[in-house]
Amino acid sequence: MSELQSQDYIRRSASTLTPPSARRHEQEVAKLIDVSRCIGCKACQSACMEWNDLRGEVGHFEGSYDNPKDLDPNTWTLMRFTEWENDKGDLEWLIRKDGCMHCEDPGCLKACPAPGAIVQYANGIVDFNSDACIGCGYCVKGCPFDIPRVSPVDHKSYKCTLCSDRVSVGLEPACVKACPTGAIMFGSKSDMTAWAGERVAELKSRGFADAGLYDPAGVGGTHVMYVLHHADRPSIYAGLPDRPAISPFVGLWKGAVKPLAVAGIALAAIAGFFHSVVAGPNEVEPEDEANGRRLLDQQDDAR
Amino acid sequence: MSRSPENVVRYATVTRVNHWITAICFVLLTLSGLAMFHPIFFFLSALFGGGQWTRAVHPWIGIALVASYAGLVAQFWRENMWNQDDTAWVRKFDLILQNQEEGVPEVGQFNAGQKFVFWAMVLLIPALLFTGLVIWEVYFGGLTPLLAQRIAVLLHSFAAIAAIAVWITHVYAGIWVRGSLRAMTRGDVTPGWAWRHHRKWLRELARRKSSGPQPRAEGTP
Ligand code: HEM
Ligand code: SF4
Repeated sequence: MSELQSQDYIRRSASTLTPPSARRHEQEVAKLIDVSRCIGCKACQSACMEWNDLRGEVGHFEGSYDNPKDLDPNTWTLMRFTEWENDKGDLEWLIRKDGCMHCEDPGCLKACPAPGAIVQYANGIVDFNSDACIGCGYCVKGCPFDIPRVSPVDHKSYKCTLCSDRVSVGLEPACVKACPTGAIMFGSKSDMTAWAGERVAELKSRGFADAGLYDPAGVGGTHVMYVLHHADRPSIYAGLPDRPAISPFVGLWKGAVKPLAVAGIALAAIAGFFHSVVAGPNEVEPEDEANGRRLLDQQDDAR
Repeated sequence: MSRSPENVVRYATVTRVNHWITAICFVLLTLSGLAMFHPIFFFLSALFGGGQWTRAVHPWIGIALVASYAGLVAQFWRENMWNQDDTAWVRKFDLILQNQEEGVPEVGQFNAGQKFVFWAMVLLIPALLFTGLVIWEVYFGGLTPLLAQRIAVLLHSFAAIAAIAVWITHVYAGIWVRGSLRAMTRGDVTPGWAWRHHRKWLRELARRKSSGPQPRAEGTP
């Protein structure tokens, strides 16, 4: 979104050096989305548009409450509705607020080739600095949650900022402020985890035996967490990944391949240089010229 | 025309133009690709007017490269067919690297090393094209599943590194074997160069009297 105080970066995309990290004492924050308390009113979705001043194109009714159909450069959070038949044959209406999870180990940031285009602050928020974004779409490939969207207008990638601008001045994210039921809470990650524990206990007491907190370890935990009544199968909530992790292809691409490839290219060049030092140039000798000439002249004479 | 009348014509002008277009495209692709490949090379994006421009222009240069290399393939695939002489030549590769010409089999128009570069690029450039199309976000970003894109970008970087390594070998060979660059800058080589490095080819040229390597008079193509 926008560049905030650079002293609290803990990660910075495409950077081989340690980012400024003088202020490491900051509390990690988290947004807790309690799907069991969500009524699907989309106040959060509107508030997100309002605060971030986003106006998507008016689309078409697609036969579903999901509107628009998918995240896009102007839709950083989206209510996803699922009609799910439970084991007893009853209908459950599952509503999930989709958006960036603010991973502790962000795949987008790992994949990003533009220095400083994606940063993570000490409080855990993962933010896009559009100014440095080159529009390659690598973050889209890196993200295990399929969140970032590259704008066809300005070729910059966009996603939820967790209202980093508001959080940095002590306000809660706009969606949290707008939610009428308290389904979205915001605070320190430890407070939110504790609060989620109470909510999970209550859901269990009401018969949701598999209720639980979604804070997936595969990405090191997230700074947006869900309370799910069916935490044993997250994917029923409109495809929330069961075991999200950075794809092994992305891991390889951004892990071993980069240094090995650079070393390989450097070695090839160095090998050439030293070959030339050791073996010397391959020069055409005067007798070669004489032989070549003679061969041609013989032919000319025979003509 | 700066060709020496004493010399042997090795490449027609159209071939050399085709080659240099390919070479320029390849160098630009390497510079712009590496800028996006590793942070230590990101500064190269400045050569293209910044990161956004680098990202935008790279695939288009790639298309130009594919078209241009197709031209070289059309001209040279016959001469690059592998034969037994090439296998024999490869067996003597240690001697060749040590600059010892004794005991190395005579070579036709292209040696096994040149053929290797040719076929490696025949493999790698289309691989770069297809993987590159999959990850071309502006036009094709939404057309393939994310898994396909993740694999494609990995393969694209593998193929690019391989192509760059092949290219370094190619350029080095051209510098190390003195007198070769002339074939691409002016189109001709000295009879001695042809004798030393492509003797079979020179014999063949000498045998075919009419189209042979007649010492060219100024102005004739
Ligand atoms: C043949 C046609 C080619 C096409 C269509 C193509 C397309 C692409 C695209 C779309 C990207 C992603 C960044 C962007 O959107 O610009 C990319 C990255 C890249 N390309 Fe190409 N490219 C081609 C050929 C080449 C060649 C010949 C090389 C170098 C030998 C090369 C080296 C690279 C590298 C190193 C990257 C960065 C990969 C990474 O980040 O790991 N490309 N290419
Ligand atoms: S959910 Fe995706 S976009 Fe958000 S931090 Fe994780 S990897 Fe990045």
